[in-house]
Amino acid sequence: MARAVTTRRKTINTVAAWAIGLLIFFPILWTILTSFKTEAQAINDPPLFLFFDWTLENYAVVQERSDYMRFLWNSVIIAGGSTVLGLIVAVPAAWSMAFVPSKRTKDILMWMLSTKMLPAVGVLYPIYLLFIEMGLLDTRIGLTIVLMLINLPIIVWMLYTYFKEIPGEILEAARMDGATLKEEILYILTPMAIPGIASTLLLNVILAWNEAFWTLNLTAAKAAPLTAFIASYSSPEGLFYAKLSAASTMAIAPILILGWFSQKQLVRGLTFGAVK
Amino acid sequence: MYLKNALCAATALTLITATSAFADTITIATVNNGDMIRMQGLADDFTKKTGHEVEWVTLEENVLRQRVTQDVAAKGGQFDIMTIGMYETPIWAANEWLVSLADLPASYDADDILPAMRAGLSHDGTLYAAPFYGESSMIMYRTDLMEKAGLTMPDAPTWSDVEAAAKAMTDKDNEIYGVCLRGKAGWGENMAFITTVANSFGARWFDENWKPQLDTPEWKAAVTFYNDLLNNYGPPGASTNGFNENLALFQQGKCGMWIDATVAASFVTNPNDSTVADSVGFALAPNKEGVDKRANWLWAWALAIPAGTQKEAAAKQFIEWATSKEYIELVASKEGWANVPPGARTSLYENPDYQKVPFAAMTLESINAANPDAPTVQPVPYVGIQYVAIPEWAGIGTAAGQEFSAMVAGQQTVEEALSKAQANTAEEMEAAGY
Repeated sequence: MARAVTTRRKTINTVAAWAIGLLIFFPILWTILTSFKTEAQAINDPPLFLFFDWTLENYAVVQERSDYMRFLWNSVIIAGGSTVLGLIVAVPAAWSMAFVPSKRTKDILMWMLSTKMLPAVGVLYPIYLLFIEMGLLDTRIGLTIVLMLINLPIIVWMLYTYFKEIPGEILEAARMDGATLKEEILYILTPMAIPGIASTLLLNVILAWNEAFWTLNLTAAKAAPLTAFIASYSSPEGLFYAKLSAASTMAIAPILILGWFSQKQLVRGLTFGAVK
Repeated sequence: MYLKNALCAATALTLITATSAFADTITIATVNNGDMIRMQGLADDFTKKTGHEVEWVTLEENVLRQRVTQDVAAKGGQFDIMTIGMYETPIWAANEWLVSLADLPASYDADDILPAMRAGLSHDGTLYAAPFYGESSMIMYRTDLMEKAGLTMPDAPTWSDVEAAAKAMTDKDNEIYGVCLRGKAGWGENMAFITTVANSFGARWFDENWKPQLDTPEWKAAVTFYNDLLNNYGPPGASTNGFNENLALFQQGKCGMWIDATVAASFVTNPNDSTVADSVGFALAPNKEGVDKRANWLWAWALAIPAGTQKEAAAKQFIEWATSKEYIELVASKEGWANVPPGARTSLYENPDYQKVPFAAMTLESINAANPDAPTVQPVPYVGIQYVAIPEWAGIGTAAGQEFSAMVAGQQTVEEALSKAQANTAEEMEAAGY
C-alpha cells in the first residue's frame, strides 16, 4: 500500500529539497554574483550578497583580453567530437556485451572500468611523448581522441545498462525478418534506446566540457578550450577574483543552459532501471 | 611581354615568401600577474616594430611550472618563450634546456640589469633569462596604526621591533591583526617566508656537506618565533593564507603589518583597490639582533627561450623589447610610473620620475640587501635565498611547508614539525645521492 503523503511531510520534503539544491548550487551562484562586483567588492568583508553596485566591467575586460569565441569553439568541437566518436565505438561494443554475452563479459566490463581508477597523471608522460611523436600536441583532434578514450568506459557501461533493459526477443524478431546486423543496430536497437543514448551523450558532453587535466596539459595556444580560458585568469600575485568569476561564468554558461533544457532527459537517463 | 609578366610574378612571389619567413608567430607561456597583463596589452607595439605576431598561453602558476618543465624536458616545442623564475633558471641552464642570452645587442644594455637579478638568472656567468620584473620582500605597515600606538617603525627594524609593533597594533575586537604572514603550504608560499626568517636567525638549510640542518637551535628559534608571532598577533586561519589572501586582508585594513613581496607595494597603495592606500609605510625586512642577515628574499619573473625552438631570432627580439628601457618608458607613458615593472634595471631607480614613487627607494634597498650567492650567516653549498637551487628543492620545500602549515594550524608542535621536516629532507637528499 502506498504511504499516505500528508501536507506536512510534503512541505518538509520540499523545503529540504530546496535547501539541498541551493546548497549545491551556492558556489556557482556566488561565482556568478562575484562576476558582477568590482575587485574591491569581491573581497569585501563582510561579503556582499545582493546589495552592491552591479557592474559589467569584468565581462568587458575579459572580452577585450581573451578571444572567448576561439576557446568556446574548441570546447564545442572537443566535447562534441569526443562524445560522437565515443558513441560510434561504444554502441556496437555495448550491443555485443548486452545481447551476445560471453563468460568473460562481466570481467571485461570491470576491466574497462578499472582504467578509470588510475590517476590520470600516472600516464601523462607517456601520452605527452606519444603526442610529440605523432604531432598531436595542441591539436583538437588529439584532445578529441584522448577525451574519447577517457570517457569510453563510462559510455560503454551506461549503454550496456540501457541495452540490457531492451528485450532480446525484439532484436530476434528483426533478425527473423531478415535484418542484417547493421540494420538491427541502426534501425531497431538505436531508436528504442534513444532516451538512454541521449542521456549518455549529454553526460559525456558535460564530462568532456569540464575535463581540466588533459585539456590543460596537452594544449597551448591553438586547441585550448574553456578550461584553459578559466585557468588563465588565476593569478599568483594579484587579486583578480571578480575577473576570474566572470571568466568562469562565461565558461560554464553554455553547459549550464544545455543542462537546464535537458534536465528531464538527464534525470530519466541517470535513474533508468534504478527502480526495477 | 611574357618575360616581363613572369619577372613581376617571380618578384612578387619572392617578396611574399621573404615577408612570411620574416614575420613569425611566437608562443609565450606566462602567468596572470598585473605586469604580464600589461605586457599583453602592449604587445601590439612589438608587432608594429618587428612584424612578428604573439600568441599568449596564460596559465596558473603551478600549472605553468609543470607545463613548461614537461615541455622543455620532453622537447615538446610548444613555447618559444617561457616565463620562469630565479629558481628554475640556473638548473635548466645547467641541463642545457635554455638558449643563452649572452649575445643581446649593445643597445639592450645588459649591464643595466640589477646585479643581484643578473647573478640569480645566470649560469656560469652567462645570462639565460632576462628579468621582466624583480622583487625582494619588505615590511609594509600601517602608518596610522603605528601612530595611534605611539610607535615609529625604524627603516631597518629587528624582529623585536616587529613583535612590539605587532603587539601594540593588534585589536582583535575590531578585527585588526598586528601582523599578516604566509602560512599556506608550498615551497614558493610559506617556505619562501620561513626560509628567510631562518636566514635572519642565523640558520641554514644544509651544511657544506649537504646535511640538512633543521635540527639546529637556530631553526628552532626561528620557527618558534614565526609560529608565536602568527598565532598571537596574526589573523585567524593564517595557515591557509598566501600572498593573495594577505593582500586582501591588508587592503581591507585588517593587518597592521605585512611582510611580503615588494611588488605588493603598488597594489596596497592603489586607491582603487586598497582602503588604506594613503597610510602605508615601508621598511626593510627584519633581522634578529646580532645576526648580519635580513629576512628579505630575491625573486624575478624572467623570460627565457627553450632550447630547440624554431623561432629563436623572433623570440630574442621579443625579450629584447619586453625587458628594455624603452618598454618601461612605454608603460610609464600609458599607465604612470607606479605601474612600470619594478626591480629589473638600475636605470629605473636613477630616473627622477620613478624616484617620486613612494616605494621605489625601499624596493631597491631591499633588492640590494639580498645576496643569493651568500644567503646565510654560515657557509652553504647552495645558491638561493628563499629556496635552494637544486632540482630536489620543490619536493623537499613543499613537504616541509605542509608540516609548518599544520604547525600554524595547531595540529602539531614546533618540535614535531621540525623533526618531520628534517627526517623527510634527509631521506630525500640521501635518495638523490647527495
